[in-house]
Amino acid sequence: MIEVVNLRKSFGDNEVLKGITTTIKKGEKVVVIGPSGSGKSTFLRCLNCMEDPTSGSIIFGGEDIANPKVDINIHRQKMGMVFQHFNLFNNKTVIENIMMAPVYVAKKKLKMQKRSNLLIRLHLKKGTPVPVTATVAQIKSQAREKATELLKRIGLEEKADAYPSSLSGGQKQRVAIIRSLAMDPDVILFDEPTSALDPEMVGEVLELMKDLAEQGMTMVVVTHEMGFAKEVATRVVFMDEGRMIEESSPDEFFTNPKTERCKDFLSKVLV
Amino acid sequence: MNGFMFKVEKFFDILLNKGGYKEVLEGLQNTMIIAVAGLLIGIVIGTLIATVRVMPKYKAAVRVLDKFCSFYVGLFRGTPMVVQLLVFYYVMLPLLELKMSSVLVAITVFGLNSGAYISEIMRGGILSVDPGQMEGGRSVGLSYGTTMLKIVIPQAVKNILPTMGNEFIALVKETSVVSFVGAKDLYLAFQSIGSGTYEFMVPYLAMAIIYIIIVCIITLLIKIMERRLRKSDRGR
Repeated sequence: MIEVVNLRKSFGDNEVLKGITTTIKKGEKVVVIGPSGSGKSTFLRCLNCMEDPTSGSIIFGGEDIANPKVDINIHRQKMGMVFQHFNLFNNKTVIENIMMAPVYVAKKKLKMQKRSNLLIRLHLKKGTPVPVTATVAQIKSQAREKATELLKRIGLEEKADAYPSSLSGGQKQRVAIIRSLAMDPDVILFDEPTSALDPEMVGEVLELMKDLAEQGMTMVVVTHEMGFAKEVATRVVFMDEGRMIEESSPDEFFTNPKTERCKDFLSKVLV
Repeated sequence: MNGFMFKVEKFFDILLNKGGYKEVLEGLQNTMIIAVAGLLIGIVIGTLIATVRVMPKYKAAVRVLDKFCSFYVGLFRGTPMVVQLLVFYYVMLPLLELKMSSVLVAITVFGLNSGAYISEIMRGGILSVDPGQMEGGRSVGLSYGTTMLKIVIPQAVKNILPTMGNEFIALVKETSVVSFVGAKDLYLAFQSIGSGTYEFMVPYLAMAIIYIIIVCIITLLIKIMERRLRKSDRGR
């Protein structure tokens, strides 16, 4: 699904990623762990080009999305991302947050359709006009329906018209997760989704993530939650100093780490 | 004091019985048209410039645009409004062989001028919005422009509303120089009332009071707008 080939990223003179090659298959739940400054967040943010890679390639949907000429927006619609600080749109209500991207994409499609029909009618383009059936109102009501359904799933339907500022951290993060789900992504990237939460709210977010995992969503998760890694991951990746040092199943990783660096890290976090 | 009351009476006589109110109303209308239209043009130009200036500068086209924008801002902030009016009216128009009414000239120059100031206000506003908002928008596949327009700028506007109010007030007051190119504003109206009798004391006092009233009304409107826009902060 995602093929990363020799990915490198530098900020100025500081090389953060020193050549990463890996493949993420459909249905996999990859958990990336490592000490801070190891480049794990940068790696994740390079996967959807939130940070432009300095070199290397990322093959997703049959295209190298690291190439700046590729329309990254189309690929990001299929690659959800969940941030440490939620990044919900503060000026939009909860339901508008969820509806925004689906409505935008459908509207754009409608516009392109109409434009192409017009060109055909003016004989500037070959082909037969495709009848346009959807209207903007329909697009919106469909998106609203879906958003309400998603909100019900996380039990927050009564918060639909509230602004993000009135939600708790856990609620915000759950809304952020279903916001990315609303686009029916092929994969969701999680960038330390529980690190900014109060301890008592971590559970509800992890619960939703486990739910997604059970339903077969492909996930790449950067986290410090070792429990989650043990329980959900199909593969654990240990990163240090911009390289992937170890890659193995969670069982093997936590009971029998191969490298010294990894043993050392685990001895510090698993007390 | 008697002398003053006499002057007041004489002023009101001209104002009410001899058609002076027509001039004042026309002046008030022109003043407001120039200030409001100037502000609107300024907001459009300012927002465009601010967007260009905060854009990531990977592409050469953006860098060129950015240079042009900073030149524009430097030009309009570096010269007084009166000079811009005069240059536009007496230099640009004849050179381009254009004819424009003096009110239209004033609107154009005020728009171009406030665009330069508003761009800096807007840039500050955009920079004050959490970069996570842009990332959130981009992560679901919205384009840079859409995210800017629908997510970042509305939040920026909320942050800069008090400063924008300032800019509008400044514009209203600065319209008092448009008579340099012959536009009939409030100043010219009262000046002509005064010159009819060679008595300027009361007309200019009245003018000052009208300016203060206008500014008070604007201040009130901004407060109401701000309260509405703050809705999303309080939550519900």
